[in-house]
Amino acid sequence: MKIIVLVKHVPDAQFDRHLTGEGYTTDRDESILSELDEYALEAALQLAEARGGSKAGNQVIALSMGPSGAVNAIKKALQIGATEGVHLTDGALAGSDAAATSLALAAAIRHLGSDAPVDLVLTGMASTDGETSLVPAQLAERLDMPQVTFASSLEVDGGRLTARRDADTSSETVEAPLPAVVSVTDQINEPRYPNFKGIIAAKRKSITTLSLADIGVDPAQVGHAGSWTSVLSAEERPPRTAGTIITDEGDAGIKLVDFLAAQKLL
Amino acid sequence: MAKVLVFIDNPGTSLKKSSLELLTLGRALGETAVALNGKLHDDVAAAFAEYGIGTVLLPSAEDLDDFLVAPKAAYLAAAAGQAGANIVLLDNSPEGKEIAARAGIRLNAGVITDVVAVDADGTAHKSVLAGSYNTACKAGTPVSVLTVKANNVVPVPAAAPAALETVTVDVPAVSAAARITAREQKVASGRPDLTDARIVVAGGRGLDGDFGPVEELADALGAAVGASRAATDAGWISHDAQVGQTGKTVSPQLYISAGISGAIQQKAGMQTAKVIVAVNKDAESPVFEIADFGIVGDLFDVLPQATAEIKKRKG
Ligand SMILES: Cc1cc2nc3c(=O)[nH]c(=O)nc-3n(C[C@H](O)[C@H](O)[C@H](O)COP(=O)(O)OP(=O)(O)OC[C@H]3O[C@@H](n4cnc5c(N)ncnc54)[C@H](O)[C@@H]3O)c2cc1C
Ligand SMILES: Nc1ncnc2c1ncn2[C@@H]1O[C@H](COP(=O)(O)O)[C@@H](O)[C@H]1O
Repeated sequence: MKIIVLVKHVPDAQFDRHLTGEGYTTDRDESILSELDEYALEAALQLAEARGGSKAGNQVIALSMGPSGAVNAIKKALQIGATEGVHLTDGALAGSDAAATSLALAAAIRHLGSDAPVDLVLTGMASTDGETSLVPAQLAERLDMPQVTFASSLEVDGGRLTARRDADTSSETVEAPLPAVVSVTDQINEPRYPNFKGIIAAKRKSITTLSLADIGVDPAQVGHAGSWTSVLSAEERPPRTAGTIITDEGDAGIKLVDFLAAQKLL
Repeated sequence: MAKVLVFIDNPGTSLKKSSLELLTLGRALGETAVALNGKLHDDVAAAFAEYGIGTVLLPSAEDLDDFLVAPKAAYLAAAAGQAGANIVLLDNSPEGKEIAARAGIRLNAGVITDVVAVDADGTAHKSVLAGSYNTACKAGTPVSVLTVKANNVVPVPAAAPAALETVTVDVPAVSAAARITAREQKVASGRPDLTDARIVVAGGRGLDGDFGPVEELADALGAAVGASRAATDAGWISHDAQVGQTGKTVSPQLYISAGISGAIQQKAGMQTAKVIVAVNKDAESPVFEIADFGIVGDLFDVLPQATAEIKKRKG
């Protein structure tokens, strides 16, 4: 199988995150591989391994679009087990919204499928910074592939896939022919960590850099200029501060109700 | 004056409160029509008229529910074209956002999700980075597609009811779509819906398998029940109850957190609650950093005592 896994390089949520970039974009100094994309990578590795792994010609290509630092997300994916990396980077991409991001990623995916067709595009359920979940659906629309989003299980048999989705009022089983765009939730598997062998092996794996010219995208269609939405203003909310903390001395339940009554919440 | 199209998916026999909110918001922005998927029940038609909706668009095809997202998006885009809409409003559910995503590509329209307010000129307000920033965003395209979070508009019927007419929209053929081959309905809990409940009582690993104290307090308060991922992963409660980065985002008036440490992924889903109360036996738990009222204590003592006290006061 030839699987493309989309991995995004995002600011680490363990630290304070700031919209101090141009056009209120995120500051990417302390960035990591988006943890929700690790589930997509794990799903890809399991599919490849079940078919004999890279020795049997299965490819798991980690693709990331972003500035120079995004190569770190790709390196991490290679250490975890992706077979090769692709970094789509171009000054003109800065400030791309979901529509522009999906346009560029769709072009990159078509480019990567020009030698041998891609079977599956796997993504995380949402990026941990943008959190819109727009990109997978927009990719499916642009690539004219079936969309299977929020999969909590995924099986591939021949040219078809079966997945399970859990919605609020129902659980669904869905089927689609390949190639397809699939986003996976954190319910689907338990992502592995890179081990020593993986870290050494990653050093020999190739990372291809693509520019907009390489994938035939007009720079005017992406970035701040080509995006269909823009952020006009952003205001940091004052962080929540701790209120009253008490230790239970046998009557904390009553004090809790007193507090609710005082706040008119009963 | 803007032309607004509100998408409503399978309302059944009555409109949800969030749909009424969209209709009210639409009316404030301009002349509003509805693109409906599913049967137009008489009571729903009456509610549309009451909310001043003159036109309801309906799809030519009846099998949109058999496929994932793509045909609904194709229908909505065609409906928006036919209605000449420049603002399209949807609810902010996962499916609402995805229909918006794809309709946006078809309409060359900017999509903005998680909207809490819209100005007359179409500027949308939303918070980002797990509630740490408030932003104003705008689509620069002739059409904008906005998904609006529940509970940010008070539903108000129109001053004068409208006379309703229905119009059929031809749904363009979609070649590539995933087919839904089985659907298992889940049983409703009878409690308020977690995403738009006024009060949420949530439990975590500290419950040690017993959600009883949380459920009893929730019922005394008329609240929804939430959970941390540790509790849903352990199978103590259904995954639908999970609050956080990979669960639901809630902004209730009151969030009571019991036996939850307050990891960053949990906070991402609840820190925009108006008032946060935390009960945890470890004084060092990060949840206390964001609690308005924190109790260091055993939840198995504190919660039942509070439940009994509420019942006593409510008589
Ligand atoms: C990709 C990813 C996504 C995630 N998404 C989410 C998400 O959406 N939502 C989410 O919640 N988590 C999420 N998590 C998990 C998150 O990181 C934490 O592991 C989880 O929130 C911990 O749940 P907890 O607070 O219930 O358990 P713990 O961290 O184990 O905390 C239990 C707490 O209970 C207290 N306690 C124990 N007994 C009692 C008692 N008798 N009385 C009072 N207090 C008691 C303890 O002091 C402790 O603070 C995610 C993790 C990852 C990696
Ligand atoms: N710049 C990017 N590079 C690679 N993958 C991305 C990028 N942006 C989004 N994705 C993928 O799309 C998923 C959903 O992102 P989003 O729509 O931003 O919430 C992520 O989990 C990634 O798999």
